[in-house]
Amino acid sequence: MTLSDLINTGLQRIPPWAIYLASVAYAGWLFWLGIDNRLGADPVKALEHQLGEVALYLLVIGLAVSPFRRTLGINLLKFRRAIGLACFFFVVCHLLVWAVLDVQRLDRVWADIVKRPYITVGMAAFVLLLPLAITSNNVSVRKMGAAAWGKLHKLIYPAAILGAVHYVMLVKGWQVRPLVFLGVILGLIAWRYLSKLPSRQSTTREIL
Amino acid sequence: MANRWKNTLTDRDVTDESVYLNRRHIIAGAAAGLGLSGIGQSASAEDLEPTSWEDITSYCNYYEFGTRKDDPSKYAHMLTTEPWSVKIDGMVDKPGDYAFEDIMSKMTVEERIYRFRCVEAWSMVVPWNGFELADLLELAGVQSDAKYVAFETVNRPEEMPGMRYPVLEWPYVEGLRMDEAMHPLTIMATGIYGKDIPNQNGAPLRLVVPWKYGFKSIKSIVRITLTDTQPPTSWNKAGPREYGFYSNVNPEVDHPRWSQASERVLGTGLFARRQDTLMFNGYAEEVASLYEGMDLTKFY
Repeated sequence: MTLSDLINTGLQRIPPWAIYLASVAYAGWLFWLGIDNRLGADPVKALEHQLGEVALYLLVIGLAVSPFRRTLGINLLKFRRAIGLACFFFVVCHLLVWAVLDVQRLDRVWADIVKRPYITVGMAAFVLLLPLAITSNNVSVRKMGAAAWGKLHKLIYPAAILGAVHYVMLVKGWQVRPLVFLGVILGLIAWRYLSKLPSRQSTTREIL
Repeated sequence: MANRWKNTLTDRDVTDESVYLNRRHIIAGAAAGLGLSGIGQSASAEDLEPTSWEDITSYCNYYEFGTRKDDPSKYAHMLTTEPWSVKIDGMVDKPGDYAFEDIMSKMTVEERIYRFRCVEAWSMVVPWNGFELADLLELAGVQSDAKYVAFETVNRPEEMPGMRYPVLEWPYVEGLRMDEAMHPLTIMATGIYGKDIPNQNGAPLRLVVPWKYGFKSIKSIVRITLTDTQPPTSWNKAGPREYGFYSNVNPEVDHPRWSQASERVLGTGLFARRQDTLMFNGYAEEVASLYEGMDLTKFY
């Protein structure tokens, strides 16, 4: 038995809903830390940034599912929908904390979306994720047909890039962390085009 | 000639250490705004409460130690601050290396409770201890043709792990116009809450210019140069469109990427309301005259 077999067997035992449970529990726990004043001097920013960063991590993990399977033989396909929806959940939390606890006023929220490029970019990423979240269920896949569904879900690539660009743009100066996120995301997307294997058709089928 | 400016806020004199050290927890445990009544009398009509020691010393922008807010408090212990000297050169009568102890023996240290407004739209209230920059400059003898003061932060990559990354061009440099430097509000801080200033806050001595965004208040200064030309400043070099030479706190001139109209007050909890930012960070009465006739949207 190879290492990847061993890992795959272990993964078999984890139900996908564990990801939903862990996500809600983690977000709830972070929020509680904020209420309990354990997030430092600026709890609003700490919460906002942590939620945004978790969403980026989940984007990276979601994009890594195919490369992991192809190159290492580790199969995370059954978790991909849960990873995607958990990512969307954290994006929504991030957005709510920003609008309600940070900016606090609806007129300012709107002004920021229109006026501040990094927020415009982040909001664009959110908008691109919307149809993906809505169609992340078996009924939608059946109704749309595998090919159309697969095509729609390619939106995750521009959404992921915009998410990372949003991070790069919002920090002061050229910081390492956001650039690493952007680099990894670009790399994972580039892998799809560079790898010789005919990816589209087959992966779409495998998702089903 | 110290004591040019008087605090309107003197409640710190009666603030018990155990109280200010744990202020955040007190706020957390009490209904918003009610938990502070026990902390001295608020001498000021504006009710300015110093931020807790814990928050002031754990939430820092000091990129030489890393870009995360807690990096400086984690790594700044690596910096050797003894011995320390400040080179004062350029257009002065007595250029040279001034040992920190010698400076301190000649300066009058006062407490100044100032608002501190970061360009990132958060703010604190810091009870600094320090001396007026004007006194130090007079010690070196400023020549009449000097128009600007340039400052430089210590440059020790081996003791400052954040310097591995070219986030900014190192060393950090800042500058003031002569009238700004000589203004009685402008101090060199050497302490906070009556204690030696912690490394992460800019030990052993740093600039504090309370009406400007925090990044102007350069930390751990090793060199002060008097010049007749406007000196380069780090953030202006990194993003001239976003950070001007003056960088006065101004709620009407937004940062290109975010609004400067309001601020989050640190240490006030998850559900605190934003506070409107004041012109010149609330020091308009003292400093607005320095910029009379200047277009502040152009000279931001």
